[in-house]
Amino acid sequence: MKRIGIFVCHCGTNIAGTIDIARVIEEIQKFPEVVCALDYKYMCSDPGQQLIRDHIRDDKLDALIVAACSPAMHETTFRKTAATAGVNPYQTEIANIREQSSWVHQKQREAATNKAIETIRTIVAKVHYNQSLVPFYLPLVKRALVIGGGIAGMQAALDIADAGYPVVLVEQSSGLGGRMGQLSGIYLNFEAAPDLLSQTIEAVTHHPNIQVLTNAEVTQVGGYVGNFTVHVEQRTPEPPEPASATGVVPGNPVSYSFDIGAIVVATGYDLYRKERLGEYGGGRYPDVIDGLQFEAMLRRDGPTGGLIRRPSDGRIPKEVVWVQCAGSRDPELHMPYCSKVCCMYVAKQAMLYKRQVPEGQATVFYIDIRSQGKGYEEFVQRAMTEHDVLYVRGKASKVFQEDGRVKVWGVDTLTGLPVEVEADLVVLATATVARSDAQELGQRLRISMDEHGFFNEAHPKLRPVESLTAGVFLAGAAQFPKDIPETVAQASAAASKVLSLFSQRQMVQEPTIAYVDPEICSGCGLCIPACPYEARTMHEWRHIAVVNAALCQGCGACTVVCPNKACQVRNLTPVQILAMMEAYL
Amino acid sequence: MRVRLSGQSVHNELVRRVEEYSGQDLMACYQCGKCAAGCPVAFAMDMLPSQVIRFVQLGLVDRLLDSKTIWLCAACQTCYTRCPKGVDLSRIMEALREIVMFEKGSYINYDAISPRDVMEWPQQAFIGGFRKYAV
Repeated sequence: MKRIGIFVCHCGTNIAGTIDIARVIEEIQKFPEVVCALDYKYMCSDPGQQLIRDHIRDDKLDALIVAACSPAMHETTFRKTAATAGVNPYQTEIANIREQSSWVHQKQREAATNKAIETIRTIVAKVHYNQSLVPFYLPLVKRALVIGGGIAGMQAALDIADAGYPVVLVEQSSGLGGRMGQLSGIYLNFEAAPDLLSQTIEAVTHHPNIQVLTNAEVTQVGGYVGNFTVHVEQRTPEPPEPASATGVVPGNPVSYSFDIGAIVVATGYDLYRKERLGEYGGGRYPDVIDGLQFEAMLRRDGPTGGLIRRPSDGRIPKEVVWVQCAGSRDPELHMPYCSKVCCMYVAKQAMLYKRQVPEGQATVFYIDIRSQGKGYEEFVQRAMTEHDVLYVRGKASKVFQEDGRVKVWGVDTLTGLPVEVEADLVVLATATVARSDAQELGQRLRISMDEHGFFNEAHPKLRPVESLTAGVFLAGAAQFPKDIPETVAQASAAASKVLSLFSQRQMVQEPTIAYVDPEICSGCGLCIPACPYEARTMHEWRHIAVVNAALCQGCGACTVVCPNKACQVRNLTPVQILAMMEAYL
Repeated sequence: MRVRLSGQSVHNELVRRVEEYSGQDLMACYQCGKCAAGCPVAFAMDMLPSQVIRFVQLGLVDRLLDSKTIWLCAACQTCYTRCPKGVDLSRIMEALREIVMFEKGSYINYDAISPRDVMEWPQQAFIGGFRKYAV
């Protein structure tokens, strides 16, 4: 025999305004095993919780039901209340009489009251069979994997490694630095990106806690938060000369396998292919280039030794046009979103051009200037006032070659005049897009992507650095276009999420998940494809289904497909469900 | 007609003169339109005050010299008082009027104004008139 206490919440007038609380109390007192039934204005308040604790003590309750709002709202609250008074938290159940009764039957007092009584009756039947459960404790591997060796990945790796945990940093290309490594002077102070990066690369490369694998790729990810198994393949670097000349034959890829507790995805971005912008002659005309090509031109170690030259004939360009939003903010033909970094880097590139070619003319076609950041607006204004960059409001419509120059057609919407610039060089600020291989990686990591291929954060406002897969975190432009300071901030945030995970001794998992009765399971395997969380596998030699407790979310899909009820969810067994049905009918 | 923009065209002699006469940083204007929105005589203008400065930015000063706007400007400086970038548009208007007068001479013949009119017209009108029409 259980000793059940029922606590009915008024929720102010939310429940009591519709439901006849006195009648509810009168009825539910008669239910089997119910020792006490009380009501209170706000059960979730401190005095309300104290009322529960007092009655647990005085009436020697070993199970309780709180008839109140949705369990999504306060189940955890009341389970904690029970635990503090010495009752197993899994002996506490919520009867939802607000969302499912008073709110949906506001003008039907009697029906709503009856429904509340019947709802509580079913929960009483369920609680009769509730087991006292304890959470699972799962091991936690305190080693992080960082995918991507750009500024995001390096920052995350450094933060985690500095806290004393080992990090494996996997980079696809032959060196660290990523996209930032392709930039010249950066806004706002024109500091050379390579100089700025060299310190970070140095720190990462020589950090005792960081293992850097370049030319490497994550090929397989298994397991779950705290216990991932990750396979990495490293290509043998190409020999500097043809194999025949040196006698060196590139070997097979080297395979690594790591036990990993948490993963930071920092794989960065691609630029929208300028070839897809036909009206701008991208890919057709040598003097129409993209932002990164212009960056390369500005670098001392670039193809022109830092000198701005026309790709077609190597002459100094006297008229340079930048076309902003090339492929961005174009829901009809290209990408609908704002690529975020272009307004700023175009201003910077135009200023660097004017510094190098003071007599030259810099013209920027734009539709809006988006300069959100500390000092950003002032920076763009300086491009106009101090560097004499002409901003023309209107999206360029056509770029074509004529008499050895590239003509740009646009309109100045401020005057309403169609304009034309005979340019020597056109720089397209092409859209920032997800990496072409992002989807493949996303599938391997079981993390979701938006329609453009950027990895999804768990919540756009409150969980911006976590993916929806526990233990996988996001940093940098792989999540959405962002500039260096934002990327560094997100990388450090992702690292701190990893560290907060690693600060636990072990992982705690709710016990209200599925289990398989090994005596009944026939090994039919139906539950394996039914599980949406890949939490079900066939045991290697016992040939019965086993549950991976870390992955199971207790959804119950397996219990539905199981032909002989070997699959059950703890505290939501078929016996309980039938008992609830019986009580109701 | 498509306007051809180039380093040469946007930095032509007339632009240089507007810059010199007005003493204003023409590129400081970011075309918010607040001047035009608050101008008490904009209703009568053939071109908005903000567009006047945009034409100068584009090197199209010649298109402004026939405009009525520069003569309708009362030099009241409401625009300058409110401009978020501190551009004194009335000085640019003045510069444009000066250019017209240098090129075409003054429109005002002071001797033709009768003494009675001189007595009756508000002082503001005289100052505005001198500012506008005197060489």
